[in-house]
Amino acid sequence: MNPLADALARAWRDPRGRAGGLMLAAMAAAAALGPLVLPDPLAQPCVLTCRNLPPSAAHPFGTDDLSRDVLARVAAGGRISLAVAFLAVALSATLGAATGLVAGYWGGAVDSALMRLVDAALAVPRLFLLLLVLAVWEQVPVVMLILLIGATGWFGTGRLVRGEVLRLREESFVRAAEALGASRWRIMFRHLLPNTAAPLLVAATLGVGDVILLEAGLSFLGLGVQPPAPSWGGMILDAKSVLVAAPWAGIFPGLAIVITVLSANLFGDALRDAVDPRGA
Amino acid sequence: MTAWLVRRVAQAAVTFAIAVVLMFALMRLAPGDPLSRVQESHPMSPAEMARLRRIYHLDQPIQRQFAEFVRGVLRADLGTSIEHGLPVTTLLAARLPPTLLLGGAAILLNFTLGLWLGVRQAVRRGSREDRTLTMLSLAGYATPSFWLGLVLAWLVGIELGWLPVAGMRSPLLAPDAPWSRRALDVTAHLVLPALTLSIVTLAGTMRYQRAALLDVLRLPYIGTARAKGLPERAVVWRHAWRNALFPVITLFGLWLPLLVTGSVFVEMVFAWPGLGSLAASAASSRDYPLVMGAALLAAALVVTASLLTDLAYALLDPRVRYS
Repeated sequence: MNPLADALARAWRDPRGRAGGLMLAAMAAAAALGPLVLPDPLAQPCVLTCRNLPPSAAHPFGTDDLSRDVLARVAAGGRISLAVAFLAVALSATLGAATGLVAGYWGGAVDSALMRLVDAALAVPRLFLLLLVLAVWEQVPVVMLILLIGATGWFGTGRLVRGEVLRLREESFVRAAEALGASRWRIMFRHLLPNTAAPLLVAATLGVGDVILLEAGLSFLGLGVQPPAPSWGGMILDAKSVLVAAPWAGIFPGLAIVITVLSANLFGDALRDAVDPRGA
Repeated sequence: MTAWLVRRVAQAAVTFAIAVVLMFALMRLAPGDPLSRVQESHPMSPAEMARLRRIYHLDQPIQRQFAEFVRGVLRADLGTSIEHGLPVTTLLAARLPPTLLLGGAAILLNFTLGLWLGVRQAVRRGSREDRTLTMLSLAGYATPSFWLGLVLAWLVGIELGWLPVAGMRSPLLAPDAPWSRRALDVTAHLVLPALTLSIVTLAGTMRYQRAALLDVLRLPYIGTARAKGLPERAVVWRHAWRNALFPVITLFGLWLPLLVTGSVFVEMVFAWPGLGSLAASAASSRDYPLVMGAALLAAALVVTASLLTDLAYALLDPRVRYS
């Protein structure tokens, strides 16, 4: 059985892994299907009489200051937040794997140069890297936001994959492939990469939670997903000014973030213990 | 030890230098002129714009701009804030002490609570309490600091009215009030932001302390201590905990980036007059010299903290120095 499927199966047997996986799947399903049946998240049915309504049968999460349905906005915001998170993490994992493979297998000056770069990039907190770009950039579309978040998240993964490659490169199956005359690229992508898949998946799963928090934070600062498009962080920013009049407008998007990030982290923790039982 | 120290300091300097280049490149990677965004909020005549471009060296070729930038960093001159019209270093220096106060209080709370709870968890490993504490701390880690801050401000500050929710000092308190009154006032303002910051970072400390203590409790000398008939409290705290405290030191270097990031949000929510709220408002108002200054300072803090952590480790564990 391949190590990745084995790790996933063991994570599934872990109660944390199962709870996290199921909750994450439920949130993803709600974000994907919710907007199909819920009212329009941008609709403002009546401007004066349905502002800041408390939760009721018609509006289970209440309405916000612009009389929009909070549940519909939480679901639609979840679509954007989850899409940003998964795509950005996929980009980070790809960049990290590529850098780690090259640095670890090439070694020498390439390795030193890449790792110095990674050290320096890790010294600047990720939020500040993004603030630097977003402070100058004109209007940032969601696609660009995904690229930026993804491009600033691979440094740790690169170092992790490099470490795995350094360990693997001395193993006999790599030696055997080298002796058979396999090319560098073949060894890197056919022999080394599959064997780093499990730790890579752990890092990516734990990265999903980080990115959801990061994107919510940027949107809260007004630099992420731009209004009127709904996003969890942006909704909390809007709710800040009606904190006392309509606390539900801020509480529900925040709970959505907590549940999603917690699920991703629980699943990631279970997966990590399944891949490397020493930490348990 | 000296050779190790020299090597480690040189390494930190190189890391910071590369980070400076990286930040400059990243900022100039964005399309367009950094000042074009400023034009939107502050309309200017072409002549004024040209003057501003000259002041910020934006009329120069990119390599000259970079040279000017590096020269500035070396002279601790980070330019002039567009929004405030003051030197960036002056602004940063004025905002550093409140951030250090908030960060220090958050770390103190984080370590006090985290070490104590982590030890409790390790001693009662696998119990309901252990599992509950793990879940609670993970929930804290999954909570956005700005949301937790707003919820606490709403519940504790506004609904219950127990604590102030904005700023660092009460505007009603006379500046010449006795220092004890002023200290009490600042402390009251400090509680909620520091609590918010420490809750979202508590999980890591607890997890580290729990794992470290479990490792030590497995060692034979603990069995010896128990066999001598020492009370369990003495075994755990006097014999085991001292050795299990050691790996937790490394956390300080790990926590600093998180605290710097968290302070951006928490300071903004609680209107705390620190670096974080300065950086957040600078980014919103497209004040790029100020954002750059704040990012440089954040990087310098992180590099220094990691250096100090390694130094503390090397002083405590001689094996590190020779490896």
